[in-house]
Amino acid sequence: MLNAPFSLRRALPWLLLVAGLALPPVFTSQSWLLAYLAQTATMIVFALSFNLLLGETGLLSFGHAVYAGLGAFAAAQIFNRYPVPLPLLPLIAGVSAALVGVVFGFFSTRRAGTTFAMITLGIGELVAAGVWLVPGWFGGEGGVPIDRASGPVIFGLNFGPSIQAYALIAGWCLLACVAMFLFSCTPFVRVANAVRDNPVRAAAIGFDPRRVRFIMVIVAAFFAGVAGGLGLINVELASSEGAGLARSGSVLIAAVIGGTAEFFGPVLGAVVLTFFSLAVGNVSSAWVAYLGLFFVWVVVVAPKGLVGFIAALSRKSCVVIALSLCAAVAWVLAIAITMEIAYALQFDSHGDGLAHIAGFLLDGRRAAPWCLAFSSAAIAVLFTRKARSAR
Amino acid sequence: MASVTSFVQWLAINLLNGVSVGLLLFMLSAGLTLIFSMMGVLNFAHASFYMLGAYVGYALAAHGGFWFALIVSPLLVGALGGLFERFLLRRIETRGALAELLLTFGAAYLIAEVVKLVWGLAPISAVVPPALDGPLFTLYGAAFPRYRAFMMGVSLAMLLALYAVLRVSRIGLVVRAALTHAATVETLGHNVPRVFTLVFATGTALAALAGVIGAPLFVIEPSMAENIGPMVFVVVVVGGLGSVGGALVASLLIGCVQTFAVGTTLSLGGIAQLAGAVLPPAWASLSVAQIAPVLPYVLLVAMLALRPRGLFGQRGDDDA
Repeated sequence: MLNAPFSLRRALPWLLLVAGLALPPVFTSQSWLLAYLAQTATMIVFALSFNLLLGETGLLSFGHAVYAGLGAFAAAQIFNRYPVPLPLLPLIAGVSAALVGVVFGFFSTRRAGTTFAMITLGIGELVAAGVWLVPGWFGGEGGVPIDRASGPVIFGLNFGPSIQAYALIAGWCLLACVAMFLFSCTPFVRVANAVRDNPVRAAAIGFDPRRVRFIMVIVAAFFAGVAGGLGLINVELASSEGAGLARSGSVLIAAVIGGTAEFFGPVLGAVVLTFFSLAVGNVSSAWVAYLGLFFVWVVVVAPKGLVGFIAALSRKSCVVIALSLCAAVAWVLAIAITMEIAYALQFDSHGDGLAHIAGFLLDGRRAAPWCLAFSSAAIAVLFTRKARSAR
Repeated sequence: MASVTSFVQWLAINLLNGVSVGLLLFMLSAGLTLIFSMMGVLNFAHASFYMLGAYVGYALAAHGGFWFALIVSPLLVGALGGLFERFLLRRIETRGALAELLLTFGAAYLIAEVVKLVWGLAPISAVVPPALDGPLFTLYGAAFPRYRAFMMGVSLAMLLALYAVLRVSRIGLVVRAALTHAATVETLGHNVPRVFTLVFATGTALAALAGVIGAPLFVIEPSMAENIGPMVFVVVVVGGLGSVGGALVASLLIGCVQTFAVGTTLSLGGIAQLAGAVLPPAWASLSVAQIAPVLPYVLLVAMLALRPRGLFGQRGDDDA
């Protein structure tokens, strides 16, 4: 794979990633944009590390945030006690997380498949509850704060200004992506693929599946720790939420909606999820429901994630693509109207009982908006049928 | 002498409470195990169906009373589970256990949102019906509530009914045969996919039943699925995936461990001192009651270290 000739198609995702991370700060340096980009970069590393387990080794983890969270705690404690330069923080978090991975991986990799998933859920719950129990180490409700400008100054940078911190995070993000990409090209990861597809056969030709899984868990834990360190630099706080089950769930969702079969699937998933959570989360209280519906749609209809879905769609004729787009728009319209009306009736976040969609006001106590949603759904069904029969 | 009496009282009450919580856990884990051993699907949304059962039961009880809710809520939620199996789960059946686990994970998300949307975020407390209110008996001066006894009775009755249906009835025979020889059963003219739907619906109905019964004991709130879900998964892993007997033993064990841990006044430092070890001060001041919520997970890790397949589990394909 490494020896393959340079091609634009292969380089395109990298170029997009670099451009996406580097260009926006050149034009504007508003702090919310930098915080958003830093959050995306963190999520990219986190989702890629998750995919080392799910995509490459076939191990579904419900407790991946344990490594990111504990790595961040360790890094925060070390940073507050010793004069460690800030750029090394992700490395420290990664190494600490890898050590945690050695301990937990020893137990969890004794089984694969469904049992592995349940064990990681148990470990995730154990750590999430344990963090609250020992406020002396984990800071309880407040977490462990750091002051990123308090470390030694390097090359005249103290990383206090958010643009400096962002440059550090983006650099680490690219470094971690390249490292994981190179790692995913190694023969060892091919062995991990073999263990994913047929553990008995892998064992028969001399690769102990348990050992392979164990090493993959440690590597994934390391990169999850790096992601935890990046998050720590961004928000200057290692909190209990960072190790919680909700974060484990969101990295799972990011990797799956992006697509676990391709290296760049989780990257796309991380970008989409972070964008969703900020852009939609700001305007609608129903965004978790949208995300859940989207996730279920991906699992049932597009098992290869968005990347696989787009690749499959791009091979179809223009008519099919147009019909599919129309169907998608109609579905989104139908679902958004229904959900927004329902949420407005129950929670009434605007205080007038009306759903606010892109400037339009809809009243759920009248029949018209419901009819609109229903007819939109009917049109969507029509387009979906057309698109399917046109294939 | 007084201290002996109070110790016996403490022991007896905690034991009874532990067993009643354990039986409730078992009602949940039995449905989960039933579905898993039949279909190889670990239903991540199982605890969400439990929560849905509690909410639907609450809504029904407001109209038709507790007993009406006790019967109708499991039927409704079971029907919903059957529809979920028929129209979503079956579409991805061929893609393996992980895809199915992911789908049920998504379903858990959605059910939680639906519950919040319909019933709001505030916790609701369910009412114990008057016939079951009050103490059943007093043991060494401590009262044992009638409701807990009722809970234990329903759990045991459900257990026996499930066992009888699976062992004695014709449909039970088909279910058991489909478990090991699906193709043969299909050749003999039985609709195996429908059997799967039925099993899934039964499992979710059991979860809903546990929800209706457990609701007065806990608070009905949108996070109740997250609170009990991981515990149920610990039960099935500790008991051994797919083993109903293992699930029973593990449920009782975890119910009792938790109840006793909450009831003690020991601290971690004190226990470490008995063992001759010294803990860092951040840990030593913790009481056992404080760490009670994490004990099931500690038990899980300990079990995996000693016996990876669980108490009664078989060596499966994924051991390799």
